[in-house]
Amino acid sequence: MSGKMTVVEGSYAVAHSVKVCRPNVISAYPITPQTHIVEDLSQFMADGKIPNCEYINVESEFSALSTLVGASATGARTYSSTSSQGLELMHEVLFNASGMRLPIVMTVVNRAVSAPISIWNDHQDSISQRDTGWIQLYAENIQEMSDMTAQSFKIAEDKDVMLPAMVCMDGFILSHVFEPVILLEQELTDEFLPTYDPEHVLDTRNPLSFGTFADPSTYTEFRYLQQKGMDVALGKIEKAAEDFKTIFGRYYGGLIEPYMAEDAEILLMAMGSVVGTIKDVIDKARSQGIKVGLIKVRTFRPFPVEVIRSAVSNAAIVVTLDKNISIGLNEGALFTEVKSCLYNSDINVPVMGFMLGHGGRDIPMSTIQMIIDKAAQAIKSGIKVESEYADLRGELL
Amino acid sequence: MKEIRIHGRGGQGSVTAAELLAVAAFEDGKYSQAFPAFGVERRGAPIMAFTRISEQPIRLRSQIYEPDYVIVQDATLIETVDVASGAKPDGKILINTEFSPDTFDLDTEAEVITIDATRIALDIIGRPIVNTILLGAFAGATGEIKVKSIQNAVAERFPGKVGEKNSLAVLEAYHRMGAGQ
Repeated sequence: MSGKMTVVEGSYAVAHSVKVCRPNVISAYPITPQTHIVEDLSQFMADGKIPNCEYINVESEFSALSTLVGASATGARTYSSTSSQGLELMHEVLFNASGMRLPIVMTVVNRAVSAPISIWNDHQDSISQRDTGWIQLYAENIQEMSDMTAQSFKIAEDKDVMLPAMVCMDGFILSHVFEPVILLEQELTDEFLPTYDPEHVLDTRNPLSFGTFADPSTYTEFRYLQQKGMDVALGKIEKAAEDFKTIFGRYYGGLIEPYMAEDAEILLMAMGSVVGTIKDVIDKARSQGIKVGLIKVRTFRPFPVEVIRSAVSNAAIVVTLDKNISIGLNEGALFTEVKSCLYNSDINVPVMGFMLGHGGRDIPMSTIQMIIDKAAQAIKSGIKVESEYADLRGELL
Repeated sequence: MKEIRIHGRGGQGSVTAAELLAVAAFEDGKYSQAFPAFGVERRGAPIMAFTRISEQPIRLRSQIYEPDYVIVQDATLIETVDVASGAKPDGKILINTEFSPDTFDLDTEAEVITIDATRIALDIIGRPIVNTILLGAFAGATGEIKVKSIQNAVAERFPGKVGEKNSLAVLEAYHRMGAGQ
């Protein structure tokens, strides 16, 4: 079991986690608000604190991930971090990393996408990469982010998974916050995370190829097997959380974390740091007798369909909160996914979607309270608007 | 939970002040959280930083709208920024200025307290950097935090001579608030 809390910046805690996971190759290009993570890692490298590791400086995010694709194929444990436009620039390489079954781990410090330019937080950057074949995990606070980083290496590198993983933290809100955290101990991390030992590597003595040509007679099967890897990852994510609990004594749920959910009539669903604010609002609402609860979605890819079905089955209404929008559908991704996994099931729970906190718009408790009020109204008189912004400034339109 | 909002200008160390406050509060045995108001940092632009201090783990991630305490690093901000916005009636607003509290016509029921932190900074540190000094004044004026914890946080962040001078200045500001006499 581990120990001592210290007050550090979120980015530092993540860089520290990466360090104790003993990466062999790090490559990244600085972009706000990810910058502090790569600065801290560069400092660790300069101080000789990450043995057997090379930090490769590059001229773009495209090159950073391309570098890691090559490095990972040789059997190296690899890490990168980026945000927003940097992640979008990686788009093409994201598919390659997944298709070649390379367990690269990347911290995505979530930031809105341009235009207009915004350095502030929402989830549009990572959500826009949902179909690239990367595992996507979302953290609520620095401790969870710190711990999830170590878990992600174990999940991604599992022989039956072999898929890259994005670990997502809210830009500024988590990357720049100072709060008490237990930094991962090296000894315990070594116990938790085995050495990366892939079955197939680039090796001149035993030549093979990655990412080669697949004609129509074989391509489909490659894609099918990527999905199989994701299916297996569901169980491995839960197992990694359990293994972590055994060694470190901390646990946040596996695929989801229910909060006051069991008897909840109104069941909120959200990802990332807003979950903390929601929990505080729920405590307040509960003290007024309102039966509201929360499902924190930790794992967005693979999407935990079965777990979510059973988690929502007793609610009177499910309400999703999304820091992203599919423009043209007017829905956030969580809303779309949750509806999709309930359809064709025997669960008939209405689902309402709210989008909020885009481009760094602050989410005060009052916004969450308003959403709960609207959900309570919808239980009585039906859903009037299926999906809408919770914090739109009508006076600007 | 106590919520503190710090107003300053880019380059004045407001974010550092919020962080040091969180570190000091943790040393006092409390949970804490500090974060900036995420501006595009430029020297001279008005910025905000926030600190929460609580006996319980802190989950809330929103900005601070109804602060128990407000710290104003630069009194010229008052012309353009509503520094008193949402301040609790039984709260305190601490302003760095050579003038007395009644000079400021703030729309608030919170108590306005002033301290000439710039003078203390020039006298003791030799530079007009007031962020750590205002934390000493905060400790003195509110009793929310031990001055020794502030001094330790300052010394850890700024090792050597700079830290020593800052630590002295912190104590001076603490005493000016009538504390520890």
